[in-house]
Amino acid sequence: MLDWLQKLGQSGMGMFQHLGQATLFLLQIIISIPTLFRHPRLLVQELYSVGVLSLAIISVSGLTVGMVLGLQMYNTLVDFGTEDSLGPVVALSLVRELGPVLTALLFSGRAGSALTAEIGLMKATDQLSVMEMMAVDPVRRVVVPRFIAGVISMPLLAAMFSAVGILGSYMVGVGMLGVDDGAFWSQMQHKVSLGADVMNGVIKSVVFGIAAVWIAVFEGYQAVPTTEGVSRATTRTVVHTAFAVLGLDFILTAIMFGDS
Amino acid sequence: MRTSRTVEILVGLFIALGMAAFFMLAMKVSNITDYTENDVYEVKARFDNIGGLKVRSPVRIGGVRIGRVADIRFDDKLLEAVVTLHINRAYSRIPEDSGASIYTAGLLGEQYISLQPGGSEEFLADGGIIVETQSAFVLERMVGKFLIQEAESNGNK
Repeated sequence: MLDWLQKLGQSGMGMFQHLGQATLFLLQIIISIPTLFRHPRLLVQELYSVGVLSLAIISVSGLTVGMVLGLQMYNTLVDFGTEDSLGPVVALSLVRELGPVLTALLFSGRAGSALTAEIGLMKATDQLSVMEMMAVDPVRRVVVPRFIAGVISMPLLAAMFSAVGILGSYMVGVGMLGVDDGAFWSQMQHKVSLGADVMNGVIKSVVFGIAAVWIAVFEGYQAVPTTEGVSRATTRTVVHTAFAVLGLDFILTAIMFGDS
Repeated sequence: MRTSRTVEILVGLFIALGMAAFFMLAMKVSNITDYTENDVYEVKARFDNIGGLKVRSPVRIGGVRIGRVADIRFDDKLLEAVVTLHINRAYSRIPEDSGASIYTAGLLGEQYISLQPGGSEEFLADGGIIVETQSAFVLERMVGKFLIQEAESNGNK
Protein backbone atom coordinates (compact mmCIF):
# COMPACT_ATOMS: atom_id res chain seq x y z
CA MET A 1 0.00 0.00 0.00
CA LEU A 2 2.70 2.45 0.99
CA ASP A 3 4.74 1.43 -2.02
CA TRP A 4 1.82 2.17 -4.24
CA LEU A 5 1.32 5.58 -2.64
CA GLN A 6 5.01 6.31 -3.04
CA LYS A 7 4.85 5.46 -6.73
CA LEU A 8 1.82 7.69 -7.16
CA GLY A 9 3.59 10.55 -5.42
CA GLN A 10 6.71 9.99 -7.47
CA SER A 11 4.90 10.08 -10.78
CA GLY A 12 2.85 13.08 -9.65
CA MET A 13 5.95 15.03 -8.68
CA GLY A 14 7.62 14.00 -11.92
CA MET A 15 4.67 15.33 -13.86
CA PHE A 16 4.71 18.67 -12.06
CA GLN A 17 8.45 18.93 -12.52
CA HIS A 18 7.99 18.30 -16.23
CA LEU A 19 5.27 20.96 -16.42
CA GLY A 20 7.39 23.42 -14.49
CA GLN A 21 10.38 22.83 -16.77
CA ALA A 22 8.16 23.29 -19.80
CA THR A 23 6.81 26.57 -18.42
CA LEU A 24 10.28 27.89 -17.65
CA PHE A 25 11.35 26.87 -21.14
CA LEU A 26 8.42 28.77 -22.65
CA LEU A 27 9.36 31.85 -20.62
CA GLN A 28 12.93 31.54 -21.81
CA ILE A 29 11.68 31.36 -25.41
CA ILE A 30 9.44 34.39 -24.96
CA ILE A 31 12.27 36.43 -23.44
CA SER A 32 14.52 35.49 -26.36
CA ILE A 33 12.00 36.41 -29.07
CA PRO A 34 13.34 39.98 -29.63
CA THR A 35 16.73 38.60 -30.74
CA LEU A 36 14.95 37.02 -33.69
CA PHE A 37 14.59 40.43 -35.34
CA ARG A 38 18.35 40.50 -35.81
CA HIS A 39 18.26 37.31 -37.86
CA PRO A 40 15.03 37.25 -39.90
CA ARG A 41 16.67 34.82 -42.34
CA LEU A 42 16.43 32.04 -39.75
CA LEU A 43 12.69 32.59 -39.49
CA VAL A 44 12.21 32.40 -43.26
CA GLN A 45 14.11 29.13 -43.40
CA GLU A 46 11.95 27.65 -40.64
CA LEU A 47 8.73 29.00 -42.13
CA TYR A 48 9.69 27.07 -45.23
CA SER A 49 10.23 23.76 -43.46
CA VAL A 50 7.35 24.14 -40.99
CA GLY A 51 4.76 25.93 -43.11
CA VAL A 52 5.39 25.48 -46.81
CA LEU A 53 6.16 21.80 -46.55
CA SER A 54 2.94 21.22 -44.57
CA LEU A 55 0.86 22.81 -47.33
CA ALA A 56 0.32 19.64 -49.32
CA ILE A 57 -1.03 17.51 -46.49
CA ILE A 58 -3.17 20.34 -45.13
CA SER A 59 -4.81 21.18 -48.44
CA VAL A 60 -5.39 17.56 -49.45
CA SER A 61 -6.91 16.69 -46.04
CA GLY A 62 -8.98 19.87 -46.06
CA LEU A 63 -10.36 19.05 -49.47
CA THR A 64 -11.27 15.45 -48.61
CA VAL A 65 -12.73 16.37 -45.20
CA GLY A 66 -14.86 19.03 -46.87
CA MET A 67 -16.01 16.64 -49.60
CA VAL A 68 -16.90 13.89 -47.11
CA LEU A 69 -18.71 16.36 -44.85
CA GLY A 70 -20.69 17.64 -47.84
CA LEU A 71 -21.65 14.13 -48.86
CA GLN A 72 -22.64 12.92 -45.39
CA MET A 73 -24.47 16.06 -44.34
CA TYR A 74 -26.38 16.11 -47.60
CA ASN A 75 -27.66 12.57 -47.01
CA THR A 76 -29.02 13.56 -43.59
CA LEU A 77 -30.31 17.00 -44.50
CA VAL A 78 -32.14 15.86 -47.62
CA ASP A 79 -34.48 13.78 -45.43
CA PHE A 80 -35.75 17.00 -43.85
CA GLY A 81 -35.81 18.88 -47.11
CA THR A 82 -33.21 21.29 -45.76
CA GLU A 83 -30.31 20.45 -48.07
CA ASP A 84 -29.93 24.19 -48.67
CA SER A 85 -28.41 24.50 -45.21
CA LEU A 86 -25.50 22.31 -46.30
CA GLY A 87 -23.43 25.49 -46.65
CA PRO A 88 -23.80 26.76 -43.08
CA VAL A 89 -23.47 23.27 -41.55
CA VAL A 90 -20.20 22.57 -43.35
CA ALA A 91 -18.83 26.08 -42.89
CA LEU A 92 -19.61 26.22 -39.18
CA SER A 93 -18.18 22.79 -38.42
CA LEU A 94 -15.02 23.56 -40.40
CA VAL A 95 -14.43 27.09 -39.19
CA ARG A 96 -15.27 26.46 -35.55
CA GLU A 97 -13.94 22.97 -34.91
CA LEU A 98 -12.54 20.79 -37.65
CA GLY A 99 -10.29 23.39 -39.23
CA PRO A 100 -8.28 24.29 -36.12
CA VAL A 101 -8.34 20.83 -34.50
CA LEU A 102 -7.50 18.67 -37.51
CA THR A 103 -4.90 21.17 -38.69
CA ALA A 104 -3.24 21.07 -35.27
CA LEU A 105 -3.21 17.26 -35.25
CA LEU A 106 -1.83 17.04 -38.78
CA PHE A 107 0.58 19.83 -38.02
CA SER A 108 2.01 17.99 -35.02
CA GLY A 109 2.37 14.84 -37.12
CA ARG A 110 3.97 16.63 -40.05
CA ALA A 111 5.95 19.47 -38.49
CA GLY A 112 5.99 18.93 -34.72
CA SER A 113 7.53 15.48 -34.88
CA ALA A 114 10.15 16.76 -37.33
CA LEU A 115 11.02 19.64 -35.00
CA THR A 116 11.45 17.28 -32.04
CA ALA A 117 13.58 14.86 -34.03
CA GLU A 118 15.72 17.67 -35.43
CA ILE A 119 16.37 19.35 -32.09
CA GLY A 120 16.77 15.98 -30.33
CA LEU A 121 19.35 14.84 -32.87
CA MET A 122 21.19 18.16 -32.59
CA LYS A 123 21.39 17.43 -28.89
CA ALA A 124 22.41 13.80 -29.40
CA THR A 125 25.19 14.81 -31.80
CA ASP A 126 26.36 17.54 -29.38
CA GLN A 127 25.58 20.36 -31.79
CA LEU A 128 23.78 22.23 -29.04
CA SER A 129 26.74 21.97 -26.67
CA VAL A 130 29.05 23.17 -29.43
CA MET A 131 26.87 26.23 -29.89
CA GLU A 132 27.08 26.92 -26.18
CA MET A 133 30.87 26.64 -26.38
CA MET A 134 30.87 29.23 -29.14
CA ALA A 135 28.74 31.46 -26.88
CA VAL A 136 25.73 31.07 -29.15
CA ASP A 137 22.57 30.55 -27.15
CA PRO A 138 20.92 27.46 -28.68
CA VAL A 139 17.51 28.64 -27.50
CA ARG A 140 17.91 31.85 -29.48
CA ARG A 141 19.58 30.27 -32.50
CA VAL A 142 17.62 27.00 -32.80
CA VAL A 143 14.44 27.04 -30.73
CA VAL A 144 13.02 30.55 -31.11
CA PRO A 145 12.89 30.63 -34.95
CA ARG A 146 11.17 27.25 -35.00
CA PHE A 147 8.72 28.30 -32.31
CA ILE A 148 7.75 31.53 -34.03
CA ALA A 149 7.53 29.84 -37.43
CA GLY A 150 5.09 27.31 -35.97
CA VAL A 151 2.98 29.96 -34.27
CA ILE A 152 2.77 31.95 -37.51
CA SER A 153 2.08 28.92 -39.70
CA MET A 154 -0.71 27.32 -37.68
CA PRO A 155 -3.44 29.98 -38.16
CA LEU A 156 -2.52 30.30 -41.84
CA LEU A 157 -2.71 26.54 -42.33
CA ALA A 158 -5.98 26.30 -40.39
CA ALA A 159 -7.53 29.06 -42.49
CA MET A 160 -6.42 27.24 -45.65
CA PHE A 161 -7.83 23.99 -44.31
CA SER A 162 -11.24 25.58 -43.70
CA ALA A 163 -11.27 27.45 -47.00
CA VAL A 164 -10.26 24.41 -49.03
CA GLY A 165 -12.76 22.27 -47.10
CA ILE A 166 -15.60 24.65 -47.90
CA LEU A 167 -14.59 24.57 -51.56
CA GLY A 168 -14.55 20.77 -51.39
CA SER A 169 -18.07 20.63 -49.98
CA TYR A 170 -19.13 23.17 -52.59
CA MET A 171 -17.79 20.88 -55.31
CA VAL A 172 -19.64 17.87 -53.92
CA GLY A 173 -22.82 19.64 -52.79
CA VAL A 174 -23.38 22.01 -55.69
CA GLY A 175 -21.44 20.19 -58.38
CA MET A 176 -22.48 16.59 -57.78
CA LEU A 177 -25.59 16.57 -55.60
CA GLY A 178 -27.41 19.57 -57.02
CA VAL A 179 -27.70 21.92 -54.04
CA ASP A 180 -28.62 25.40 -55.21
CA ASP A 181 -25.54 27.52 -55.79
CA GLY A 182 -26.98 30.75 -54.42
CA ALA A 183 -28.58 29.11 -51.37
CA PHE A 184 -25.29 27.44 -50.49
CA TRP A 185 -23.40 30.72 -50.19
CA SER A 186 -26.19 33.01 -49.00
CA GLN A 187 -27.28 30.71 -46.16
CA MET A 188 -23.64 30.34 -45.20
CA GLN A 189 -23.14 34.10 -45.10
CA HIS A 190 -26.34 34.46 -43.15
CA LYS A 191 -25.37 31.97 -40.44
CA VAL A 192 -21.60 32.37 -40.12
CA SER A 193 -20.57 35.51 -38.31
CA LEU A 194 -17.11 37.00 -38.67
CA GLY A 195 -16.64 37.94 -35.04
CA ALA A 196 -18.17 34.95 -33.34
CA ASP A 197 -17.20 32.12 -35.67
CA VAL A 198 -14.27 32.98 -37.93
CA MET A 199 -12.36 34.96 -35.31
CA ASN A 200 -12.89 32.34 -32.61
CA GLY A 201 -11.59 29.74 -35.04
CA VAL A 202 -8.50 31.88 -35.57
CA ILE A 203 -8.00 32.27 -31.82
CA LYS A 204 -8.29 28.51 -31.44
CA SER A 205 -5.73 27.85 -34.15
CA VAL A 206 -3.28 30.31 -32.59
CA VAL A 207 -3.65 28.63 -29.17
CA PHE A 208 -3.26 25.17 -30.70
CA GLY A 209 -0.27 26.35 -32.68
CA ILE A 210 1.45 27.62 -29.54
CA ALA A 211 0.67 24.35 -27.72
CA ALA A 212 1.86 22.17 -30.60
CA VAL A 213 5.23 23.87 -31.19
CA TRP A 214 5.82 24.41 -27.51
CA ILE A 215 5.48 20.68 -26.86
CA ALA A 216 7.55 19.86 -29.96
CA VAL A 217 10.53 22.08 -29.14
CA PHE A 218 10.41 21.25 -25.43
CA GLU A 219 10.42 17.50 -26.03
CA GLY A 220 13.25 17.89 -28.51
CA TYR A 221 15.28 20.05 -26.16
CA GLN A 222 14.71 17.72 -23.21
CA ALA A 223 15.19 14.50 -25.18
CA VAL A 224 17.56 11.88 -23.77
CA PRO A 225 20.48 12.25 -26.20
CA THR A 226 20.42 8.72 -27.55
CA THR A 227 18.78 7.15 -30.60
CA GLU A 228 16.07 5.67 -28.44
CA GLY A 229 15.59 8.87 -26.46
CA VAL A 230 14.99 10.88 -29.64
CA SER A 231 12.51 8.35 -30.97
CA ARG A 232 10.62 8.39 -27.65
CA ALA A 233 10.60 12.17 -27.58
CA THR A 234 9.15 12.23 -31.10
CA THR A 235 6.38 9.84 -30.10
CA ARG A 236 5.65 11.86 -26.97
CA THR A 237 5.38 15.03 -29.04
CA VAL A 238 2.63 13.60 -31.22
CA VAL A 239 0.74 11.99 -28.32
CA HIS A 240 0.98 14.95 -25.95
CA THR A 241 0.02 17.40 -28.68
CA ALA A 242 -3.08 15.35 -29.47
CA PHE A 243 -4.12 15.35 -25.81
CA ALA A 244 -3.33 19.02 -25.36
CA VAL A 245 -5.16 20.09 -28.51
CA LEU A 246 -8.28 18.05 -27.78
CA GLY A 247 -8.39 19.15 -24.13
CA LEU A 248 -7.81 22.81 -25.01
CA ASP A 249 -10.44 22.54 -27.72
CA PHE A 250 -13.06 21.49 -25.21
CA ILE A 251 -12.13 24.32 -22.85
CA LEU A 252 -12.07 26.94 -25.61
CA THR A 253 -15.34 25.70 -27.08
CA ALA A 254 -17.00 25.86 -23.66
CA ILE A 255 -15.75 29.44 -23.20
CA MET A 256 -16.56 30.64 -26.72
CA PHE A 257 -19.78 28.89 -27.63
CA GLY A 258 -20.97 27.53 -24.28
CA ASP A 259 -23.48 30.23 -23.45
CA SER A 260 -25.17 30.61 -26.81
CA MET B 1 18.91 22.68 -49.14
CA ARG B 2 17.46 24.94 -51.78
CA THR B 3 18.81 28.35 -52.52
CA SER B 4 17.50 31.01 -50.22
CA ARG B 5 15.74 32.87 -53.02
CA THR B 6 13.48 29.92 -53.85
CA VAL B 7 12.83 29.37 -50.17
CA GLU B 8 11.88 33.00 -49.67
CA ILE B 9 9.58 32.97 -52.69
CA LEU B 10 7.86 29.82 -51.44
CA VAL B 11 7.45 31.29 -47.95
CA GLY B 12 6.00 34.43 -49.50
CA LEU B 13 3.59 32.30 -51.49
CA PHE B 14 2.63 30.39 -48.36
CA ILE B 15 1.84 33.55 -46.43
CA ALA B 16 -0.07 34.97 -49.40
CA LEU B 17 -2.15 31.78 -49.66
CA GLY B 18 -2.89 31.90 -45.94
CA MET B 19 -3.99 35.51 -46.22
CA ALA B 20 -6.14 34.62 -49.21
CA ALA B 21 -7.82 31.88 -47.18
CA PHE B 22 -8.55 34.35 -44.36
CA PHE B 23 -9.88 36.80 -46.87
CA MET B 24 -12.17 34.16 -48.35
CA LEU B 25 -13.42 33.12 -44.90
CA ALA B 26 -14.09 36.74 -44.03
CA MET B 27 -15.69 37.91 -47.27
CA LYS B 28 -17.30 34.89 -48.84
CA VAL B 29 -18.23 32.71 -45.88
CA SER B 30 -19.12 35.05 -43.04
CA ASN B 31 -21.66 37.82 -42.90
CA ILE B 32 -19.24 40.72 -42.92
CA THR B 33 -21.32 42.29 -45.67
CA ASP B 34 -24.13 42.70 -43.16
CA TYR B 35 -21.94 44.68 -40.81
CA THR B 36 -21.54 47.37 -43.39
CA GLU B 37 -25.25 48.13 -43.20
CA ASN B 38 -24.73 51.44 -41.46
CA ASP B 39 -27.41 53.06 -43.48
CA VAL B 40 -30.33 52.11 -41.26
CA TYR B 41 -33.01 53.77 -39.21
CA GLU B 42 -34.30 52.60 -35.88
CA VAL B 43 -37.86 51.56 -35.09
CA LYS B 44 -39.14 50.11 -31.85
CA ALA B 45 -41.93 47.59 -31.33
CA ARG B 46 -43.44 46.19 -28.13
CA PHE B 47 -44.47 42.55 -27.82
CA ASP B 48 -46.12 40.54 -25.03
CA ASN B 49 -44.02 37.54 -25.94
CA ILE B 50 -41.15 37.38 -28.39
CA GLY B 51 -40.78 33.59 -28.36
CA GLY B 52 -37.40 32.58 -29.76
CA LEU B 53 -36.58 35.88 -31.45
CA LYS B 54 -32.91 36.79 -31.20
CA VAL B 55 -30.73 39.79 -31.87
CA ARG B 56 -29.80 39.79 -35.60
CA SER B 57 -32.98 37.93 -36.55
CA PRO B 58 -34.26 39.21 -39.90
CA VAL B 59 -37.04 41.74 -40.38
CA ARG B 60 -39.09 41.04 -43.48
CA ILE B 61 -41.86 42.72 -45.34
CA GLY B 62 -43.67 40.62 -47.89
CA GLY B 63 -40.95 38.00 -47.41
CA VAL B 64 -38.14 40.37 -48.40
CA ARG B 65 -35.47 41.05 -45.78
CA ILE B 66 -35.35 44.78 -45.09
CA GLY B 67 -33.48 44.87 -41.79
CA ARG B 68 -32.47 43.14 -38.61
CA VAL B 69 -33.36 43.01 -34.95
CA ALA B 70 -30.76 45.20 -33.27
CA ASP B 71 -31.69 44.89 -29.63
CA ILE B 72 -34.15 43.12 -27.37
CA ARG B 73 -34.88 44.25 -23.82
CA PHE B 74 -37.61 43.94 -21.24
CA ASP B 75 -39.47 47.02 -20.06
CA ASP B 76 -40.24 46.36 -16.40
CA LYS B 77 -42.74 49.25 -16.16
CA LEU B 78 -45.04 48.12 -18.96
CA LEU B 79 -44.02 44.45 -18.53
CA GLU B 80 -43.46 44.05 -22.22
CA ALA B 81 -40.53 43.12 -24.42
CA VAL B 82 -39.14 46.03 -26.41
CA VAL B 83 -37.55 45.06 -29.71
CA THR B 84 -35.42 47.56 -31.60
CA LEU B 85 -35.38 47.05 -35.36
CA HIS B 86 -32.79 48.43 -37.75
CA ILE B 87 -34.40 48.92 -41.13
CA ASN B 88 -32.42 49.72 -44.23
CA ARG B 89 -32.83 53.30 -45.42
CA ALA B 90 -33.62 52.04 -48.89
CA TYR B 91 -37.00 51.04 -47.48
CA SER B 92 -38.03 54.30 -45.87
CA ARG B 93 -41.57 54.40 -47.24
CA ILE B 94 -43.22 52.01 -44.78
CA PRO B 95 -46.59 53.31 -43.54
CA GLU B 96 -46.50 54.21 -39.86
CA ASP B 97 -49.60 52.19 -38.99
CA SER B 98 -47.92 48.99 -40.20
CA GLY B 99 -48.20 45.96 -37.92
CA ALA B 100 -45.40 43.72 -36.73
CA SER B 101 -45.75 40.03 -35.98
CA ILE B 102 -43.27 37.34 -35.05
CA TYR B 103 -43.37 34.37 -37.38
CA THR B 104 -41.39 31.18 -37.70
CA ALA B 105 -39.69 30.23 -40.96
CA GLY B 106 -40.97 26.73 -41.61
CA LEU B 107 -42.30 24.64 -38.76
CA LEU B 108 -39.11 24.58 -36.71
CA GLY B 109 -37.02 27.24 -38.40
CA GLU B 110 -35.71 30.51 -37.05
CA GLN B 111 -38.07 33.27 -35.97
CA TYR B 112 -38.30 36.59 -37.72
CA ILE B 113 -40.35 39.75 -37.61
CA SER B 114 -42.77 40.29 -40.42
CA LEU B 115 -44.20 43.74 -41.09
CA GLN B 116 -47.68 44.10 -42.60
CA PRO B 117 -47.98 47.42 -44.40
CA GLY B 118 -50.81 49.67 -43.24
CA GLY B 119 -52.65 52.28 -45.26
CA SER B 120 -51.34 55.49 -43.73
CA GLU B 121 -49.86 58.31 -45.80
CA GLU B 122 -47.26 58.93 -43.09
CA PHE B 123 -44.12 56.83 -43.04
CA LEU B 124 -42.14 55.31 -40.20
CA ALA B 125 -39.13 57.44 -39.37
CA ASP B 126 -36.07 57.11 -37.15
CA GLY B 127 -37.20 56.47 -33.57
CA GLY B 128 -40.70 55.51 -34.65
CA ILE B 129 -42.81 53.00 -32.78
CA ILE B 130 -44.85 50.20 -34.26
CA VAL B 131 -48.05 50.09 -32.23
CA GLU B 132 -49.86 47.14 -33.67
CA THR B 133 -47.96 43.99 -32.78
CA GLN B 134 -48.73 40.32 -32.60
CA SER B 135 -46.77 38.04 -30.31
CA ALA B 136 -44.82 34.99 -31.25
CA PHE B 137 -46.58 31.74 -31.90
CA VAL B 138 -45.51 29.52 -29.02
CA LEU B 139 -45.99 25.89 -29.90
CA GLU B 140 -46.26 24.68 -26.29
CA ARG B 141 -49.07 27.14 -25.55
CA MET B 142 -51.01 25.99 -28.62
CA VAL B 143 -50.60 22.36 -27.62
CA GLY B 144 -51.74 23.23 -24.09
CA LYS B 145 -54.82 25.05 -25.39
CA PHE B 146 -55.65 22.14 -27.66
CA LEU B 147 -55.36 19.64 -24.78
CA ILE B 148 -57.63 21.72 -22.53
CA GLN B 149 -60.24 22.04 -25.30
CA GLU B 150 -60.05 18.35 -25.92
CA ALA B 151 -60.51 17.60 -22.22
CA GLU B 152 -63.47 20.01 -22.01
CA SER B 153 -65.22 18.53 -25.03
CA ASN B 154 -64.70 15.05 -23.62
CA GLY B 155 -66.14 16.18 -20.26
CA ASN B 156 -69.25 17.63 -21.94
CA LYS B 157 -70.12 14.34 -23.56
